Amino acid sequence: VGLINSILQGALLGGYYALVACGLSFMFGVMKIINIAHGTLAVLAAFALFVLAERFGINPFVALVIVLPAMAAMGWLLQRSILERSVRSGELVPVLSTFGLAIVLENLTYEHFGADTHSLAPFIGDFAYASWEITDDIYIGQLAALIFVVALLLLGGFQLFLLYTPMGRAIRAIAEDAATVELVGINSRKVNAIAAAIALVTVGIAGMFLAMRATFDPYSGSLQLIFAFEATVIGGIGSLWGTLVGGIVLGITQNLGAQIHPQGFLITGHVVFLVVLFARLHTSAYSFRHAIRVIFGRAA
Amino acid sequence: VSPEEPPIIVERWTPTSVNATIVAAVVYLLLFFGPAVFSANLTDQLTTLFIYVILAVMWNALAGYAGLISIGQQAFFGLGAYLAVRLSEWGVSVYPALVLAAIGVGLVSLPMSVFVLRLRAGEFAIGMWVIAELLRLLVNLDTLIQGDTGRSLIALSAYDASVRRAMTYWLALGSMIVLLGAVFLLLRSRTGSSIQAIRDNEQAAESVGVKVLAAKRVIFVLAAFGCGMAGTLWLATSTTFQPRSFFSIQWTAYMLFMVLVGGIGRFEGPILGAIIFFALEAWFGGAGVWYLVVLGMVALLFSLFLPRGIWGWLDDRHALHLLPVGYRLTGITSLDGRRPERIKHPKE
Repeated sequence: VGLINSILQGALLGGYYALVACGLSFMFGVMKIINIAHGTLAVLAAFALFVLAERFGINPFVALVIVLPAMAAMGWLLQRSILERSVRSGELVPVLSTFGLAIVLENLTYEHFGADTHSLAPFIGDFAYASWEITDDIYIGQLAALIFVVALLLLGGFQLFLLYTPMGRAIRAIAEDAATVELVGINSRKVNAIAAAIALVTVGIAGMFLAMRATFDPYSGSLQLIFAFEATVIGGIGSLWGTLVGGIVLGITQNLGAQIHPQGFLITGHVVFLVVLFARLHTSAYSFRHAIRVIFGRAA
Repeated sequence: VSPEEPPIIVERWTPTSVNATIVAAVVYLLLFFGPAVFSANLTDQLTTLFIYVILAVMWNALAGYAGLISIGQQAFFGLGAYLAVRLSEWGVSVYPALVLAAIGVGLVSLPMSVFVLRLRAGEFAIGMWVIAELLRLLVNLDTLIQGDTGRSLIALSAYDASVRRAMTYWLALGSMIVLLGAVFLLLRSRTGSSIQAIRDNEQAAESVGVKVLAAKRVIFVLAAFGCGMAGTLWLATSTTFQPRSFFSIQWTAYMLFMVLVGGIGRFEGPILGAIIFFALEAWFGGAGVWYLVVLGMVALLFSLFLPRGIWGWLDDRHALHLLPVGYRLTGITSLDGRRPERIKHPKE
């Protein structure tokens, strides 16, 4: 029963990872941009919701009405001011510029809010810990279930949007070949800015759930980025449904790892990520013998 | 092509680069007398500067030449420090342990390179970060380290403070010169030509038969060794190994800052960047968080508006090459018979 429970809880946790990964998976897989500030932006949204809840007493779910448009505007601005320019100077320059941005944002929030951990849990009443009893030993947290459903809807909605709407097709086409798309009369700058805005809306939602299910501080962003990236890669880059699977695999292995050793939670997560990453590279032509030959030259 | 055209001359040494090399050699020689002349504080400060130069030069070798953007170089920095503590605990004499630890890091990076160098650009960047996190967690499992409390390099206390200061200074200076020399010689070698070709255009280089992967592997292992050395040197100056601070991503942030500001893909760039970073830290380091905000902002602005850094900017205007790491062609006539003002960098 303990095992079943930890698998179940891991799967629910995976829903959260898929949600955090949603925007990253979209930007990385479809727009081919790596945004290192991804996690930090989620934390920023969490702080915005926290301020609205604490100062003005606005329920975080209601405050989304304010924060999500703000995140969309930020996405637009991010694309126009930073990503667009850096992509032009090279494939890897966005990694450098968004890394710089992450450092700026992290330290600005630290300057303002200090190192204390915060949480949105106190502002949502007993919803933070309410749960349904399945059997005597197995409970399902209502918040965790909500996160899972939201992840499902968001990823599914994204997939449908990309497949069946003109805007979705334009986004995919621009990622393939922006110059040609311009020829048929699509403004690629505008479409990319809209895509970035949509991505940051999902980051805002992820930030809210991050703050509801746990505590956060100005430097929580980098770990969220790592989880998001792990879920994306485990599930297969470019596939949004894969991201959901990736998140669930990550959540389950982390929970199982935690059963083995107190430090096992993060370690097994990282190990599974690396194994999947390398296994994909070496599925066919690569073998141990090849690795030896690569190290010691052709003679071996 | 008409017969009276001047021949193309391939130059390696120019008067400027001869002078610069002599000046550099003299400066290095004079620096060796540092501990005898400088105050204790200045000696410590210069030791720090040497470590920064090592880090910047190593990250530049990776990113600027091999095109490998790693945000996990702290993996090697931390691993170096950890191995030094481990070796010292096993009874290896402390200063040799520092060097052996760095060599150990180089050895670890060799099998690692087989896997990580196959990753695509973005995956490599974050994959290295995950490896750094994983190493931090694994090092934490060693009971010797006592989790985040850390462990001191106790054997260092056997030395008198002034002896320790001088020893660490010399070791840092020596490591810096050896590593700068290694990069210098590497860039002048056949592999170096491959590496500079990869920097300019990886696909084109591969198509003319450059062994891209082999060249990248040399750089990757060298950079791992160098960052490992920097880690052990940092341990020698701070004496306590704490996993969280040694495996912190801030080290990569510093490297990125120094290289971006100084000039990526230029031999002289990261040295300049390290000096600028060092000066900024000395003046504004006390400002705490705002200092970090400014560092991030400067890195961001450079990546957007001056992606080839200060040295790249100078180079564009004055064709400045202080050290002869490449070849330059003079007397070239382009196909339409005009002499170009200068050869344009392919990335422009």
